[in-house]
Amino acid sequence: MGDLREGAALYLRITAARIRAQLQYRASFALETVGMFFVTFLDFVVILIIFANVPALAGWSRAEVALLYAISALCFAFTDLVVGQLDWLSEWVRNGTFDGMLVRPRGTLFQVISSDFQIRRVGKIVQGLLVLVYALVVLDIQWTPARALMLAAAIPVGTVIFISIWVLTISIVFWTVDGREAANAFTYGGSFLAQFPINLYDRWLRRFLGYVVPIAFVAYFPSLYILDKPDPLGLPSILQFAAPVVAVVTAIAAGLVWRVAVRHYQSAGG
Amino acid sequence: MTMALIEVEGLRKDFTVTRKTGVLRRARAVVHAVDGLTFSVERGEIVGYIGPNGAGKSTTVKMLTGILVPTAGRISVGGLVPTDRRTELARRIGVLFGQRVQLWWDLPLIESFELLRHMYRVGADRYRENLATFRELLELDPFLGTPVRQLSLGQRVRGELTAAMLHDPEILFLDEPTIGLDIVAKQRVREFLLRANREHGVTVLLTTHDLADIERLARRILIIDHGRLIYDGELEALKRRFGPRRVLVVDLVEPAPPLRVDGGEVVRTDGPRQWIAFDGDRITAAALIAAVTAVAAVRDLTLEEPEIESVVREIYAGRARPEAGPIRGS
Repeated sequence: MGDLREGAALYLRITAARIRAQLQYRASFALETVGMFFVTFLDFVVILIIFANVPALAGWSRAEVALLYAISALCFAFTDLVVGQLDWLSEWVRNGTFDGMLVRPRGTLFQVISSDFQIRRVGKIVQGLLVLVYALVVLDIQWTPARALMLAAAIPVGTVIFISIWVLTISIVFWTVDGREAANAFTYGGSFLAQFPINLYDRWLRRFLGYVVPIAFVAYFPSLYILDKPDPLGLPSILQFAAPVVAVVTAIAAGLVWRVAVRHYQSAGG
Repeated sequence: MTMALIEVEGLRKDFTVTRKTGVLRRARAVVHAVDGLTFSVERGEIVGYIGPNGAGKSTTVKMLTGILVPTAGRISVGGLVPTDRRTELARRIGVLFGQRVQLWWDLPLIESFELLRHMYRVGADRYRENLATFRELLELDPFLGTPVRQLSLGQRVRGELTAAMLHDPEILFLDEPTIGLDIVAKQRVREFLLRANREHGVTVLLTTHDLADIERLARRILIIDHGRLIYDGELEALKRRFGPRRVLVVDLVEPAPPLRVDGGEVVRTDGPRQWIAFDGDRITAAALIAAVTAVAAVRDLTLEEPEIESVVREIYAGRARPEAGPIRGS
């Protein structure tokens, strides 16, 4: 426990130093943050355009999809803020930066994640928050403590699921440095798919998003519960509470796969 | 039996390389990057580890520091198996890759040091003391507040060296520490390393292409080629054993035909100057000089010692390659 606290303190220290350095260039920080905001906002514009043409999407109204989108976008924005630098991993394996991490007295995943925090990524979080506010204002939600708790828990739980998927899939670069593209299909692709109700998708894709890459647990099930909406797929309602379990399982799997991947790197050589 | 600080026995590392041989065909081949190394390093030694490109130097260092798992063989560094006890070992060693940046790219140097202090859990007093020493010896003050990406190469290497030593490592692994540095910076780095070794007993293993590093720093060298150790011993012994003959350069009062002296052979003439090569084991320099002055009027004399560069060049060229096992210098 002491180790965990000390690790968290070190993470905050490194992150604070990086934020200080990045804020030195105020103009570029402001521009990049606004840029991040608009790039992600385009995703939501797509949804608005769709609803300009149809009144409902697979039984979901515009405001309902906005809620689902906001939960998913916020989870992904926090994920990107915390582990977005995993995109650099293949480069770091290629140029030997990763070797440097292996000779320091900390976990490799810790070092990768703490090595390149980018404050401009908060632009994505702002975007998700605005859409969430819009959804909550427009929707007439019958609030209960349980529903409020579900919304509050959905963001951290979904973030853990996304982070785990990212770590799991990016581990492929320890086998092939060109594996980033394949991993991105799951991470960015997964986050895109999570922005729509999964009953919109074909049967095999739904199963894939439920069992293989558990995106359905990020926003779909929590949204159903908060909206008190009958599941169009008629799935057992217990699944609406399963996200924390899914998060823990994927996180453990991600940790194990990362460990195996680094060990593979160490025996194959970079 | 007491164990040496670094012990390597029968160390091997194979890499599988895949080569494209057709549109879909791939040929796999196994390369023995390191092939049966055995050596040990005692506490307090400075050992130069040299060999041509691709000989297996970096691969060895990577195995010793816990970056790579050996294919076969045994390694013990400070009593630990590197890859099994990676983080524990990391606190006791310092590693510098001269060609790579290990510091945080966009942070001021001093902030990197601060973060490393916490990463390595260096006590505040010890950190302050160490930093003060390094600031003075490596003259870091002018650029302590500069982000790493804006540092010149020489400044960056001095910064990296400090970063590698803030936690008082027992062993330093240096991979090309002076590459790309100007002469003044090289000199400063070498003096710093000698001092760390002398005053704190830091053991140093360094790979380098700059043989001047070796001459200034290391008494013992390991030479590796094709993954095998081909020399392990003292630098001086190597020079004596494999060095080209020593050369006496004489400036005569007047130009003369090549002199004839016992034990020496004129290998070159240029006006009144003649180069006389001799074998130091058969005739002393003094005896040769006496023989020369006996036959000609001499204005000036100089003695050219064998250079480590030419010694090593000859070893790489195969002249000195042993049939089996490394040559052990006396």
